[in-house]
Amino acid sequence: MSDRHLSTQFDAELSGISTRVLEMGGMVESQVARAVHALVTFNSEIASEVLATEERVNQTEVEIDLDLSTIIARRQPTARDLRLLIAISKTIANLERVGDEAARIARTVQRLVNSGVSTRLRLPVNDLAYEAELAVSQLRKALDAFARLDVDRAIEVLKKDDLIDQEFEGLLRKLITFMMEDARTISSSIDLIFVAKAIERVGDHAKNLAEQIIYIVKGTDVRHNPVGMVENLVR
Amino acid sequence: MDAKVAIPLNEQVKLSVRNLNFYYGGFHALKNVSLDIPERKVTAFIGPSGCGKSTMLRTFNRMYELYPEQRAQGEIMMDGSNLLTSKEDVSLIRAKIGMVFQKPTPFPMSIYDNVAFGVKLFETLPRVEMDERVEWALKKAALWHEVKDKLGQSGSGLSGGQQQRLCIARAIAIKPEVLLLDEPCSALDPISTGKIEELIHELKDDYTVVIVTHNMQQAARSSDYTAYMYLGDLIEFGRTQDVFMRPTKKDTEDYITGRFG
Repeated sequence: MSDRHLSTQFDAELSGISTRVLEMGGMVESQVARAVHALVTFNSEIASEVLATEERVNQTEVEIDLDLSTIIARRQPTARDLRLLIAISKTIANLERVGDEAARIARTVQRLVNSGVSTRLRLPVNDLAYEAELAVSQLRKALDAFARLDVDRAIEVLKKDDLIDQEFEGLLRKLITFMMEDARTISSSIDLIFVAKAIERVGDHAKNLAEQIIYIVKGTDVRHNPVGMVENLVR
Repeated sequence: MDAKVAIPLNEQVKLSVRNLNFYYGGFHALKNVSLDIPERKVTAFIGPSGCGKSTMLRTFNRMYELYPEQRAQGEIMMDGSNLLTSKEDVSLIRAKIGMVFQKPTPFPMSIYDNVAFGVKLFETLPRVEMDERVEWALKKAALWHEVKDKLGQSGSGLSGGQQQRLCIARAIAIKPEVLLLDEPCSALDPISTGKIEELIHELKDDYTVVIVTHNMQQAARSSDYTAYMYLGDLIEFGRTQDVFMRPTKKDTEDYITGRFG
């Protein structure tokens, strides 16, 4: 039996909405990467561009949700079509929050630049760049797994989430040490802790995406299970 | 194929089908079907035209016996005996297993007589008790309030939805154990359909209901268990919520999601 519906309209709607989700994913991935770049280079202009784009991210979430409800109302989807749409609803909520984290980072950049602290202190921003690379890579992998409905790739994302958490713990320790050594760094160090936390949350959102992919393909809801259990639930 | 009997152990079985084969002359219409119909639940049969779902229904109350070219082999067990080979008078079997058809079929007589007709065949009731039985059946079929002041009027004067409920009342009046509904709402508008679906929901408190429908959403809304058939084979049988959310067979998923190939 073919994978296509009798209704070509329905097929077009489903592939259309999946494409929009991937576009939104690309948008927020870029937002995070650019916000972190702005941080590393203390570039206020790039930070402003990220904040300007944030509005478009939010609007995209609203639009996709509207398309989603329309498809559900008109097509009465079942089985894996229904699971796909339910998963998309959760996925775009996660992507919108990734966009929020990027905006948070961008606002921090502006604050740091305006306070002149970037020129006076040597803040460990490169360590944050590394944490961000891990998180963005997770997000990219999760989006790729969504595009291909690839459960194995989704499980890889789940397994690697710990690395970001560890990176965050390390950054926290480093910044605490920084603050203890020089009290003038306290304010900006706290800002950087919030940035590190924002990046860690990006990793969490990538993990949530991976869980949704497993739900779409296997019909199993693996949320709130340790990753070791997930493999058993899926096999 | 042998179906995995997919109902939980705490459900009672009303009809147990094993290795059922059915032939229209040389045509093999049901191929070795096995499944259990749970008691006092609604089981829906879905599948494309010609898949055998209506044939299935007609084996349960031996309607096929009206036609010499049609024959059934295998077992349909109810209360310890095989319906297909039972020596019991087939009318008595059909009294226990009532049927409602796609096109409403009121008899050409009054509403009262429509409901009383079947009862009179099996029981001799004094007038007062018959009145009570007719009222009871019409109330059960959610028709009483609409017809109580015109019981003497012809059944054919009712609307399609009302006629169908009259047929259900007629089937219930003889107190069957099983109700077979063959596309009961196909000829009805959405409101009448809705009323009958509500009725089906109430009927399952007292009766085992088996419904054949080509409307998948109706099966999804009204049934507890769903059987998907294709070209005489039982492809999948399970709880409706599982069949419509996580079917185990790709063929089932393709059908219910509209991927007809």
